[in-house]
Amino acid sequence: MIFPNRALPYLLLAPQFVITLVFFIWPAGQAVKSSFEREDPFGLSASFVGFQHYARLLTDPLYLDSLGRTAVFAVAVTALSMAFGLALAVAVNRLLKGGRVYTTLLVWPYAVAPVIAGLLWWFLFNSTTGVLAYFLGQLGIRWDHNLNGTHAMILIIIAAAWKQVSYNFLFFLAGLQSVPHSLIEAAAIDGSGPVKRFFTVVLPLLSPTTFFLFIVNVNYTMFDTFGIVDATTAGGPAQATNILVYKVYNDGYLGLNLGSSSAQSVLLMLIVVVLTVIQFRYVERRVQY
Amino acid sequence: MVENRPFLTFLTHLVLVAGIVLVAFPVYVAFIASTHTREVLVGGMIPLLPGGHLIENYTQVLSASSAANGLPSYMLMVVNSLGMALIITFGKIAISILSAFAIVYFRFRFRLLAFWIIFITLMLPVEVRIIPTYKVVADLGMLNSYPGLTVPLIASATATFLFRQFFMTVPDELMEAARVDGSGPLKFFRDILLPLSRTNIAALCVILFIYGWIQYLWPLLVTTDPGYYTLMMGLKRMVAVQDGEVQWHLVMAGAILAMLPPVLVVILMQRLFIRGLTETEK
Repeated sequence: MIFPNRALPYLLLAPQFVITLVFFIWPAGQAVKSSFEREDPFGLSASFVGFQHYARLLTDPLYLDSLGRTAVFAVAVTALSMAFGLALAVAVNRLLKGGRVYTTLLVWPYAVAPVIAGLLWWFLFNSTTGVLAYFLGQLGIRWDHNLNGTHAMILIIIAAAWKQVSYNFLFFLAGLQSVPHSLIEAAAIDGSGPVKRFFTVVLPLLSPTTFFLFIVNVNYTMFDTFGIVDATTAGGPAQATNILVYKVYNDGYLGLNLGSSSAQSVLLMLIVVVLTVIQFRYVERRVQY
Repeated sequence: MVENRPFLTFLTHLVLVAGIVLVAFPVYVAFIASTHTREVLVGGMIPLLPGGHLIENYTQVLSASSAANGLPSYMLMVVNSLGMALIITFGKIAISILSAFAIVYFRFRFRLLAFWIIFITLMLPVEVRIIPTYKVVADLGMLNSYPGLTVPLIASATATFLFRQFFMTVPDELMEAARVDGSGPLKFFRDILLPLSRTNIAALCVILFIYGWIQYLWPLLVTTDPGYYTLMMGLKRMVAVQDGEVQWHLVMAGAILAMLPPVLVVILMQRLFIRGLTETEK
């Protein structure tokens, strides 16, 4: 049953519609348009150049390098934060009481800004003041994320994963709580111990959650970690942590290379579209369970 | 738990305590650093216990006298961050509850199109269209203003979908009864739907407040006037000086203060937080 009204629905939709059009669709269209154009240095005229920016990007060693580093970053953060999140969720799920207190003490990093997460870990690894840099020095490792690209990458991976553990923990916990108890009891009666039960019963039943989290985490690492990178390494040293989002900002906002930056934006949009479609197709299927 | 295994229970607590320590470690060190003088911090190994300069450091951060590096006072940045977070929170909730109402309770031309346009916003995060969005905001003369900081972030597909999902579970009978009683759509919305959506709105408030508070990239792009700097930008600027000259004790005090509001929201409203998080992300 619905309300019969002609003008009202349009009025109700108007604010969202206008904002979406002006600040989402129009800029996205502009990005697509200028990715096919070359502007003269004064921004007065633009000429159509077809796929030239894309062709140049996809053969540019710097861009391919950034793509590869983004993949390493995304996979490492996803794996690390999901492994920790799962371990903690399994532990809380085993408890009969006290779970809420533990949960409270584990979830708060979700609310810490990426920039601050970056600052905190930078402070720990800093060569003059850092506690961790000091201990690593005692172990004979000269930590220097200002010069060593691998160290810089490890730094942003840890900072990004630290922030994301709480999220994965909460979703794994929700997933674990929906595993039917009867199945676990049946496995126990058949004589399988806790470890075997976890790997043969619980983990397979968690696979929808795991898959969902995988997509969400890749999305998070690719797009929400700008603050972490900007606060710690600023893409350096020598592009070692110049992930795609940071590169778009660097080339477009600081470097003013509009055509290339737009083409990069469009490629990123394609990645988000693919991730979103996968996520939603999966959710639709899960609803039918 | 299926069977009683004391060793496993012990291991469970061990894992959890270790997890909590690991998660809290960076913030603990930051807190320690914020209670010492700068000389102690840069003079080698930093202590692992709080020092005696807590009040002094925090007062210095909060007072205007620390406004170095062309930064506005800390309190002004608090006001900006708070303003940004609150406008985004209420703006997002307002526009998405209205559009969800339109989509669920009316049949009109372009209904499907409207739905898709909202869905598309999911796929266009600010991060992937930095330059063109900046240009639009600049052309509209919205740089260095609250509207510029907030309006482009206000459209939200997730909140709209959450309300849509919820409205579809509201029994039709309520609406029929309202219509029989002669109340129009707006009265139905105000007197029935809004009160029913209370919990959803509260849960969204928690999530969106955090979202607004921790924004960094967008304020970085659209504000050049220090009068509009947010806390996140200010903190970044405090460390953007020569490596040896970073006032670590003040930076860390500022960081602790800046993470307090959203962290407190999560801790004090844990149930709403978890609800908001799991409902909006489905």
